[in-house]
Formats: sequence, C-alpha cells, structure tokens
Amino acid sequence: MVKQENTAIPIGGSEVVGGKELYNINHKGYYGEFGGAYIPEMLFPNVEELRQNYLKIMAEPDFRSEFDQLLKDYVGRPSPLYFAKLLSEKYQTKIYLKREDLNHTGAHKINNTIGQILMAKRLGKKRIIAETGAGQHGVATATVCALMGLECIVYMGEIDIARQAPNVARMKMLGATVIPALSGSRTLKDATNEAIRDWINNPIDTHYIIGSVVGPHPYPDMVARFQSVVSEEIQWQLQEKEGKLKPDYIVACVGGGSNAAGAYYHFLEDTDVKLIAVEAAGLGVHSGESAATSILGKEGIIHGSKTLLMQTNDGQIIEPYSISAGLDYPGVGPMHAHLYKTGRAEFIAVTDDQAMKAGMALCKLEGIIPAIESSHALAIFEQKKFNADDVVVVSLSGRGDKDLNTYINYFKL
Amino acid sequence: MNRIISKLQEDKKLLSIYFTAGYPNLNDTSTIIQNLERSGVDMIEIGLPFSDPLADGSTIQVSSTQALKNGMTTERLFEQLKDIRKSVSIPLIIMGYFNPILQYGVEAFCKKCSEIGIDGLIIPDLPVNVYFDQYKIIFEKYGLINVFLITPQTSNERIEFIDSISNGFIYMVSSASVTGSQSGFGSKQSNYFKRISNMQLKNPQIVGFGISNNKTFLQATQYTKGAIIGSAFIKHLTEKGVDTIDTFVKSIVK
Repeated sequence: MVKQENTAIPIGGSEVVGGKELYNINHKGYYGEFGGAYIPEMLFPNVEELRQNYLKIMAEPDFRSEFDQLLKDYVGRPSPLYFAKLLSEKYQTKIYLKREDLNHTGAHKINNTIGQILMAKRLGKKRIIAETGAGQHGVATATVCALMGLECIVYMGEIDIARQAPNVARMKMLGATVIPALSGSRTLKDATNEAIRDWINNPIDTHYIIGSVVGPHPYPDMVARFQSVVSEEIQWQLQEKEGKLKPDYIVACVGGGSNAAGAYYHFLEDTDVKLIAVEAAGLGVHSGESAATSILGKEGIIHGSKTLLMQTNDGQIIEPYSISAGLDYPGVGPMHAHLYKTGRAEFIAVTDDQAMKAGMALCKLEGIIPAIESSHALAIFEQKKFNADDVVVVSLSGRGDKDLNTYINYFKL
Repeated sequence: MNRIISKLQEDKKLLSIYFTAGYPNLNDTSTIIQNLERSGVDMIEIGLPFSDPLADGSTIQVSSTQALKNGMTTERLFEQLKDIRKSVSIPLIIMGYFNPILQYGVEAFCKKCSEIGIDGLIIPDLPVNVYFDQYKIIFEKYGLINVFLITPQTSNERIEFIDSISNGFIYMVSSASVTGSQSGFGSKQSNYFKRISNMQLKNPQIVGFGISNNKTFLQATQYTKGAIIGSAFIKHLTEKGVDTIDTFVKSIVK
C-alpha cells in the first residue's frame, strides 16, 4: 500500500478536531476533562505562540516534506513491523513488534525531537532546552540540535546524571550543555521544573522541547501528532503482512505516554482496536515503590496539565519508583488519563521483576535486547491471554543498550 | 470592605512581604505575621508550600521543601491562622500553587479563607480563563480578591482583559524571570513600569520579583502603588531568624 500523500493537513490528522472525536483532543485543548494549560502568566506568551502556530506550521507542505525526509533518511523510518514468530508460538497468538528500537538514537523519542526542532526553526528560535530522565530524550534532543546547529541545554536530575553516565557523555559529545537539577528529588520531575523555569527566564529566543505527551496544551497534542507516524505505519504495514488495516490489540508501556500515544493515534476512535497501556508497578502497585499512575493517581495539575498524578492528600507531588528510568514519572499525559477514565484503554501494571523477565525472554527467543520500558509492554503476555487469531502489536519503543548496567546488576551477568 | 481595597486607598506606597508558611520552623507562622505588621508592613502574602513551585527560584524552592519537611499542610496552616484576626488587621493574602488548593476543594478552600479573614489569593498557575469560567463565582461568594500577574511580555490587550476582571490590584512581575533571580532594575524595567502606568488601568499595580532593598523598592514604586518582597525576606529569615524582622523592614522603607 502506498503511504498517504498529504500536503494540506497537519501531521496526525485533521486540522480542526470536529467534535466527533471521543478520545482525541478537543478544540479547547482538553481530552475529556484532562489537559488544558495551567501555567503561570510568565509562560503564557511562549505557550500561546506555539498554540497559535503549531497546526499551521505542521500543515505547511515544506514542513511536512522536510519532516518526512528526515524521518526516512536520518532516523531510518519506516521502522519494521516484525512478526515475532517464536514469541507468537510461545503465547499462542500473533505478535508483531513495532521496532522503534531500530531508530537512530535507539528509541521513538527522535520522532518528536525531529518534529519539534523543525517547529522551533520556523518559530525563529535560537536556543533549545529540554528535560530528561534516563537521558534518552536528552540524547534525541542533543542529536537534532547538532543536526540543525542550535544551542542545546538539557536539564537532568542530579541523581539521574549519576545513574546514566553514558547518556550524559553522549549529550556532551553532541554538543549539548547538561545542567543538573538540584531541586526537590533531583530526578525527572525536577528536571522538568528546571526546564520550565529556564523558559520563564528566556521567553523570546528559546523553544522548550518536551519529551512526552505531557505539559500544557498544545504540547500533548503536538507530541502525539509527531509520534503518530508510528500508528500510520502500522496501518499500511499490517495491510502488507496480514491483509488487514488494523490490529486487534495495541500494547505499549506508559510513563508520560509518548510511545503509546504514537502507537494508538490512528486507532483512537476505532474501538475495534483494543488498547492496552502497561504501567510500571515497581516493587508492586501498593508497595509504596511504584509508578502506576492511573491506579495510584488522583486528578490534579502537574507541569501545566490537568491529569492523573501521584500525590499526597495534601496535593504534594509524590516521587514515583520504577526500575525503568523512562517510566518513573509521577503523572501521565492527559490523553492517557482520558483513555483510563473512559475505559477506552485497559491499564495493566507490571512489576520490575515481571518486566525484567520478559525483557530477558525476548533476548533469548527473538535475539532482541529491549529497553526496560519496552520490557514492561512485553510482560503483558504473562498476564493476559489472547486468542490464537488475535493480531497483537507491541510497541517496542526502545533498545536495551542504555539499560545494560541495570540488566547486569539484576541478572548478575 | 475588603481590607485589600481599603489599604489600596491609603495615600502611600505599599510594602507587601511574602513568606513561606512553615519556614524556618513549622510554628513560626503567626509570629512572622505579627512581627511584620508591627514593623509597618502594609500587606502580607502567606505562601502555602508546594513540592513543585514552577515560578519560583531556588530561595523559595528551598524554603518550600523545608516547610513541607517540617510538616506544613493546608489543614495545619488554616489551624495556625484561625485566630490571626484577633491580633492582626492588615490585609492577608494566601499565595499558593493550584494543585494543593484543588485537592482541598476550591470552594472548601475559599470558605475556610473567608472564615479566617483572608482577603485574597494569588495562584500563579491558575490561568485567567479557567478562573473566569469556573471559579470567579466562588471567589466572589466568599469575598476573596483574586490577584493576577502580568509580565513585560503580556500584550496590552491581555493586560486590559486582566484589568477588567480584577478587583484589587495587579501583580506586576518586574522581568522575565522566576523569583529571586534579579539584582537591581535597569532602564528596561523602568520603561515597562512607565508603559503600564500610562495605560491608566482601573486597578493599581504592585511590583514583585527583584525587589530586595530600599533602592529597588523606590525604583519599583516610582510608577506603581507598591512592591512585594519575597526571596530577600526568606534569606533574612534563614540568616537572622524571626526576631529581627523589624530590622529588615526598616532597611526597605526608610
């Protein structure tokens, strides 16, 4: 099947959401009751500039062709949709892996940073800031900044800097300045706070590349649209391989939720396709060391968005835990909060142990070392039984190279 | 009449002081408030600490983290303030981020504020349009003034809108920055103060962010009704404690 040729509408779909959408964003910037832009006035001009321009820019033919070209030649898209034969035999169902791990820089994150760097250029920005937890989004941002010759500043929690030395080195090699976030718990949420503070201090020349479908509107929508290339490819790849346009299930891990948003995007309104979101239960959902936001979270405001977040009764944000640095975010994107609340997606929590086991199983069965984030999605097959003729697409969001130390320590390799 | 409104009618430049409730010690709240009033401060902003204060620089962040460690909660703050009106008569404003207020319940929070004798609220991350659509009616029911921020980047059109829905004063953020990060004002700031002053808004303006001493207080109030000090006061509390508040205030307003 030929890829859809499209020049008039923005990446991801129709220019104006028509009100029929039950699960995608509405014209006010909300997914159901979640989303919006709960930001201090100091950020209003920056966010408003982006809100007024993002769809317009994404619909420009030259933006689209530059984006598509870079995804093809630089990122290496389309990423394969791989039929995992041995995994399928083991679990008696048809399992396809969407190989985002094969992208340049090793994960789906680059789809978004390519889109946002092109956006930043068209907005005339000279300086790029980003937050990062494990360093994957930081590396993907530093990469595109190097490519485009823009200054890059990455905020990273002091504790994460110590835990993720190779990614810190990568960012530095790519020319980025890595600034430690010293406030609060000194991890991802604090790195995000610091990036937002930087943006407050530099309102004119700076663009903030958020790494997930979180933050104030229009970020969740913009990031979801850039990541929607994943579900767009799944459509035509499945047609080629299975002769059908849609799978029965899509499974993805959810931290902030960007790889899930990308894998779900073109199927959001089609309820024939069942969506499964896998969250990190850490040591167990109710162990006190968990990142299962949908189950443990309550409605509130985090980083400018109304969503579900882990917080005390008093509204203070709780630091989550997961063995996977990419999943320990105390909130979840507003799209996912809405998918949870409406029951559109089934949320399943997977512990550290279950994820590590599933990750190792994929290595042995298919010869693929997955990121620990993606291992959470793979753990679904030990928890849920699928029919033999079900087509289950799993978003293999990243590769495991960055997690070698964790694998080594866990399995005493 | 709301105490903020009557205070704004006084023929003087106003000094408002911010402090984080629960800092340096959990139970310093009423002592700090009483000492501030006794020292001649015109208005007080009581900071409800939050784990993730986006618009604040390191001084207020650190004080918030410490206050939470000390055990400060919304309920405890209300408990500490319940008799405050027996000893204090200047306007009191609670400044806090939206999430803790949302968890308490916006209406319950407003009701409690009104019972205690709080006059207004500053909620930096409650957007103007959300306030207008959902919460204005509640604030008004409990006689609370909601104070909005403007910055040098806020468009004139938006300033006029904010002015139209405000009924106390406008909190003028002195420059594009988080709290506590400026040292002194230049011509950029005074041009901005002058520009806003020339707009002839119905609400007076009070300047915050970057005021730390007598010089910056005078610069900030040349074209405006008053100034707010936060980080510099927190630093004073950290270094000198709650007993020398008078010295600090006298160094600002000579």
